[in-house]
Amino acid sequence: MTPLVQIRETIANAGLQQAIYASTGRLMDKRRHAVAPEVFPDYQELRSQANLLKRHTLEHLDFYLEQFENNVAARGGKVIWCRTPGEVADFILGLAREREARLVVKSKSMTTEELHLNERLEQHGLEAVETDLGEYIIQLAGQRPYHIVAPALHMTRYDVADLFTGKLRIEKETAPEKQTLIARGVLRQKFLSADIGISGANFLVADSGAVVLVENEGNARLTTSAPPIHIAVAGIEKMIPRAQDLAVFLRLLGSSATGQALTVYTSFLAGPRRPLELDGPDEFYVVLLDGGRTRLLADAERRQSLFCIRCGACLNHCPVYRKIGGHNYPWVYSGPIGAIITPQFHGIDRDPWLPYASSLCGACAEVCPVKIDIPKLLLDLRADVTTRTRRGLAERFAFRMYAWLATSPALFGFAGRVAALLAPSNTWIKRLPWFLNVGPVAKWISQRDLPPPPAKSFRRLWKERKRHAA
Amino acid sequence: MPKRASLFVTCVVDQVFPSVGLAMAEVLERLGWQLDFPEAQTCCGQPAFNSGYRAQARKVALHFLDVFRDAEYIVVPSGSCTSMISHHFEELFAGDSARLAETHALAPRVYEFSRFLTEVAGAEDVGARMDAVATYHDSCHALRELHIKDAPRRLLRKVRGLELREMDIADECCGFGGTFSVKFADVSGAMARTKIDSIARTGAGLVVSIDSSCLMQIQGALSRAGLPIRTLHLAEVLASR
Repeated sequence: MTPLVQIRETIANAGLQQAIYASTGRLMDKRRHAVAPEVFPDYQELRSQANLLKRHTLEHLDFYLEQFENNVAARGGKVIWCRTPGEVADFILGLAREREARLVVKSKSMTTEELHLNERLEQHGLEAVETDLGEYIIQLAGQRPYHIVAPALHMTRYDVADLFTGKLRIEKETAPEKQTLIARGVLRQKFLSADIGISGANFLVADSGAVVLVENEGNARLTTSAPPIHIAVAGIEKMIPRAQDLAVFLRLLGSSATGQALTVYTSFLAGPRRPLELDGPDEFYVVLLDGGRTRLLADAERRQSLFCIRCGACLNHCPVYRKIGGHNYPWVYSGPIGAIITPQFHGIDRDPWLPYASSLCGACAEVCPVKIDIPKLLLDLRADVTTRTRRGLAERFAFRMYAWLATSPALFGFAGRVAALLAPSNTWIKRLPWFLNVGPVAKWISQRDLPPPPAKSFRRLWKERKRHAA
Repeated sequence: MPKRASLFVTCVVDQVFPSVGLAMAEVLERLGWQLDFPEAQTCCGQPAFNSGYRAQARKVALHFLDVFRDAEYIVVPSGSCTSMISHHFEELFAGDSARLAETHALAPRVYEFSRFLTEVAGAEDVGARMDAVATYHDSCHALRELHIKDAPRRLLRKVRGLELREMDIADECCGFGGTFSVKFADVSGAMARTKIDSIARTGAGLVVSIDSSCLMQIQGALSRAGLPIRTLHLAEVLASR
């Protein structure tokens, strides 16, 4: 079901609207400066390279996945293959049971959101703590991430102050720097006593068996090195062939996501701690999730949905996301990228409204660092919806009528005259009589005025003009 | 050799904003073009295409091909409809090599109005005059699919008496989006209100665009908000003297 009521509530909430619009606007500004030609002269060139690299990798994904597995094993780590999100959770729970783990620290990971990992861990008596500041905030608030990169994007520092006061039983603190220190105080203890650290992966590097993580807070570094066990959970599409390809991707990711040439920390993690190394876990696992991804591999066009490096730029630039926010999207991934991958991972019939929640403005494709043609995929998915799901009879009939009228010029010219007869007006129409205030027209007039139907269509005026000239 | 062009006025201009079509004709004739209006024309098929009804869109697109097959130039007062023809027809006829060949032969002859003026007619100053402070709204498909950004602005700068003031979010969608405007009416309306706030901040009394459907959305929202700002298609501004 389309969450039209919830969407209306989000739009009616002025404070929330302001928070979303301002936060996404700041991220837009930062990106704009970071990709400006004088700062990043080869930006467009790198976008094309990134697109080709991803295309190549996914065309040979079987090869790179195996290469990755072998290289992880050579460094003493282990790759776990999972078909479904449930299998990932089962693996983690099984390992936690074997190692008698009690406390799990997590660094930011969208993939683990696909398995509702925190809930699963808590159901089995484990404590799971998010250590990214934004993730920590929304975990305390009992919410899911609002945005791929900025999970608490919708919350102001005053919201955070109230949340901390309520949940941590501390005095109200509205300064973001002080709030950060409060979270840090709580989290340091968790890092030191955690049994397992779980991270995601920004990239999986096939030729070196490495997991690459980017972050700005240092929490991912602690998560992956302080506890005795590190588990990285990643979708199979995170693969890139060579370490040198990171030169392309890291630059694009930082610039597109947060306007940074590089994020503050970039970690290359390959295998457990080796002899003579000071830091690092005793055990190192990479859990690779399919979770619907291989469904997309078969189709050369749709495969590009898997190019995504989760920078969030399409969300920030999407005028629809900027109005409806992240929580009205039905699944983990919101915004334009969520609108294309959700129906493809799950099948088109679960949320058939999603590809329609776009004005097709194309801002997403313009800023996508790996050049995913999101509007085209939205259009293709809409075609899937009309052919593979049961659509309303009224809509089907309307488009049949449209095609009939638009191929019958005489009738087509007549349609406008009917409108002029029914609702004659010289000014923009604010309300309609009840018998006309139905269907799409009612929806239109609920938001804005309707143009007055002209007395004569262009084709009639043109005829008169020609007659007059002759 | 007389310069000949055919008008495809689009369904929206034909049925809702006929004055835009007349204005376009007037400007082109002023520049010495002989115009033809194929009367069998209707729509480009975009409403069905954008809603996922490909079979219906294909029928309408075929009709378009039939009507305009022999046209030398086709001038269109809309970036969105131009892009439908020059970019998306080939997706509709992907499996049909004969139609695909026709589409590829036709596409380079289809021009959005401002691009036709600047690139084919070679005109920037068309002798227009309008005393107004205006702001220009970039329509999404013209901007991002056809890469039309400067041509309308260059034409507007040559209009005597007209001052062009940029809004802070000229390139942000007005929220129309075809059936999106009614399927997600609340979102579309909210987007329109953001747009008109930006328009109002410029202090301009006039919004100009090259797509009548954007202007229908923007004027509808301005009128609902009771703001004394009017909208005109670029052709109407250029026809004025």
